[in-house]
Amino acid sequence: MNKYVDKPAGEESLYADRVRVYPRAVRGIARNVKWALLIFCLSVYYVLPWIRWYRGPGRPDQAVLLDISTERFYFFDVTFWPQDIVLLTGGLILAAVGLFLVTSLFGRLWCGYACPQTVWTDLFMLVERWIEGDRNARMRRDAGPVTLDKVWRKLAKHGIWLFVAFWTGGGWIMYYVDAPTVTMDFWAGRAGAGVYGFTFLFTATTYVLAGWAREQVCTYMCPWPRFQSAMLDEQTLIVTYQGWRGEPRGHGKRDATTAAKLGNCIDCMACVHVCPTGIDIRDGVQLECIGCGLCVDACNDIMDRTGQPRWLIKWDTLARQAELAKGQAVEAIRLIRPRTLIYLSVLAIAVIAMGTGLAMRSLLEVSVQHERAPLFVRLHDGALRNAYTLKLVNKYDYDVNFTITVDGPPRATLQVAGASEVPGSVINIVVPADSVGAYRVFLDVPPGGKEAPNTDINFLLRDTTDGILLKRNANFMGPGARAGG
Amino acid sequence: MPTKIEKDVISGRDTTGHEWDGLKELNTPLPKWWLYTLIVICIWGVGYAIVRPSVPGLFSYYHGTSGFSTRAQVTADVAAIAAGRAGSMDKIKATPIEKIGQDPQLQAVAMTAGRITFANNCQPCHGAGGGGRPGYPTLASDSWIWGGKLAEIQQTITYGIRSGHPDARVNQMPRFGADGILKPAEIDAAADFVLSLRAGTKPGPNVAAGAKVFAENCVACHGEKGEGNREVGGPNLHSAVHLYGDSKEAVVAQISNPRQGVMPNWNTRLDAATIKSVAFYVHSLGGGQ
Repeated sequence: MNKYVDKPAGEESLYADRVRVYPRAVRGIARNVKWALLIFCLSVYYVLPWIRWYRGPGRPDQAVLLDISTERFYFFDVTFWPQDIVLLTGGLILAAVGLFLVTSLFGRLWCGYACPQTVWTDLFMLVERWIEGDRNARMRRDAGPVTLDKVWRKLAKHGIWLFVAFWTGGGWIMYYVDAPTVTMDFWAGRAGAGVYGFTFLFTATTYVLAGWAREQVCTYMCPWPRFQSAMLDEQTLIVTYQGWRGEPRGHGKRDATTAAKLGNCIDCMACVHVCPTGIDIRDGVQLECIGCGLCVDACNDIMDRTGQPRWLIKWDTLARQAELAKGQAVEAIRLIRPRTLIYLSVLAIAVIAMGTGLAMRSLLEVSVQHERAPLFVRLHDGALRNAYTLKLVNKYDYDVNFTITVDGPPRATLQVAGASEVPGSVINIVVPADSVGAYRVFLDVPPGGKEAPNTDINFLLRDTTDGILLKRNANFMGPGARAGG
Repeated sequence: MPTKIEKDVISGRDTTGHEWDGLKELNTPLPKWWLYTLIVICIWGVGYAIVRPSVPGLFSYYHGTSGFSTRAQVTADVAAIAAGRAGSMDKIKATPIEKIGQDPQLQAVAMTAGRITFANNCQPCHGAGGGGRPGYPTLASDSWIWGGKLAEIQQTITYGIRSGHPDARVNQMPRFGADGILKPAEIDAAADFVLSLRAGTKPGPNVAAGAKVFAENCVACHGEKGEGNREVGGPNLHSAVHLYGDSKEAVVAQISNPRQGVMPNWNTRLDAATIKSVAFYVHSLGGGQ
């Protein structure tokens, strides 16, 4: 059943018509896992924004919220700042390497079970099956004339699809704005253009991609199948048809008296009919296969009914299948091999780095920047002044009081620019909760001492609430030896 | 070169008829919806080129039926920003300069407007951050000839110094040497005295004689003890900051044939609210009183 060899040479078009896929319902282990994951993923997606999480007065009480206006990402008890972007990078590395590892071990599990395209397509197919019936009924109705029955079923299907798509698009918005508020605002017509725009955008993409495009996304749009081959090898568990057992395929009774000795495959096409991408797994590993294993379920059912052993189509490695085909002893499935070890170690390093980064993440960040121009200023009494900008980040949900001193030139005095306090050796700065403050600070050194072009000094910042001492290196600049006199 | 289209034995698929050094290209049909998408995009592109400015010419360009222009957009955006800012700037204009600091929002606007205006207009002479240069006062320091209070700075910026404006600040250091008012020896002695006023400097040989010259010629403007007089713009000679240099040669030169710098009056170039903002910014640089 090679899909390309239907026509004589020269009559193949350069453009292919879309072959509509009518997947048949199926029962079995793969289908059960798929249902479970579908329910889990969709539940997380729809429910997560509604979970409340009290963080104190005046702060969002949504457990998961990517608040763009205030530049904060709230995730339960953790609040991420834009400065934590490196953790996001780490998270993406984790996801990528995790995907590589899983794919090299067990094939395209992501594609077959967890990818949003797969999950929502599955959901849309479920709706389709409820309203239009299973494969044969759908095919018959689509091929038939326009009848009242056909019209209302199609209308109902697309109506529910649009409703689900809208629910999905609206759910997306709730990760960015407070869910109950945006729901009220949405229906009261008070929400911003962005909310309506993005809801429409995600409604439209969900409807088109899960309702209409389906397997075309996986086959023609998605880049992931293109570089799958770099992750797969002959030791990877993939959905595979055991040709040595199944061939020669054919209908008819399987007994010793059958003249033509037939294999286990009865060529019933069940595996093709249940396939969500419409391929024939018996052609071997191919780009379009998303590894969902529904053909395994379908074939097991047929094997049971024909009284033959199960698992004609199974998860196995190409290496083992090659040995089985040759009648050799079969090696065990090798989960541990250089490729998986490399992925695993990269993953371990990333997990450790991420975990450390998250654990060591400071909730106080301090930087001292020397003013660039002027580098120093002579005051009327002969004192030398250097100005610094202290950037104090307080990620706590309470105010932090910093006591600031300088370890450097003797008799030096500090003063916050614009403050009315008399310059002294110690200054106090209160940084309000959950905020970043930039403070200009003058450091004056009275005349009489030795003036060097550049002196190393340290700013000592003590958080008086928690007693944390932060030390930041800086420079004190001057003209060097005074000329004249 | 196109050759015969044939059936590939291994894959069972057609070749496209293209062959390079024996390698034959297989026909892998493109999905039709992909082709249709391309056609729709092409149609969209043609329409877009008609509606929007698209084709360049030598001296002009095709403006498109919509008449859209990024330049007009910028003008509109700038006007919108100016309109949005007008409220704050009006408020700054109406608020006494001493009160601006009490309103954090107004203060932020004044600081921003002042900083940008300073960088565009004042920085060439006074340096970035008011660092100053020889002959151009350091505004980040607390040494002032005409006063470092907000209102005084505002007055200086508005009318300038020796700018020719009737309300300009004017002081006139006589040309004691060039006009023959004092003899070179007297000038030398006066310089010794002036330098002795500042702590930490080695006294010259003629301080006593200089003090006499100073008392007879300089106290009217510089004060009896050389403490200066802001009313007439007489610099404080005790200050460690010297506009025209602090070596003895520089002091002698300034007594003999003084330099008289000019600060323009900005009231003809900047509006009152902007001048107020600049004064507020300059005051914040570190020397404000």
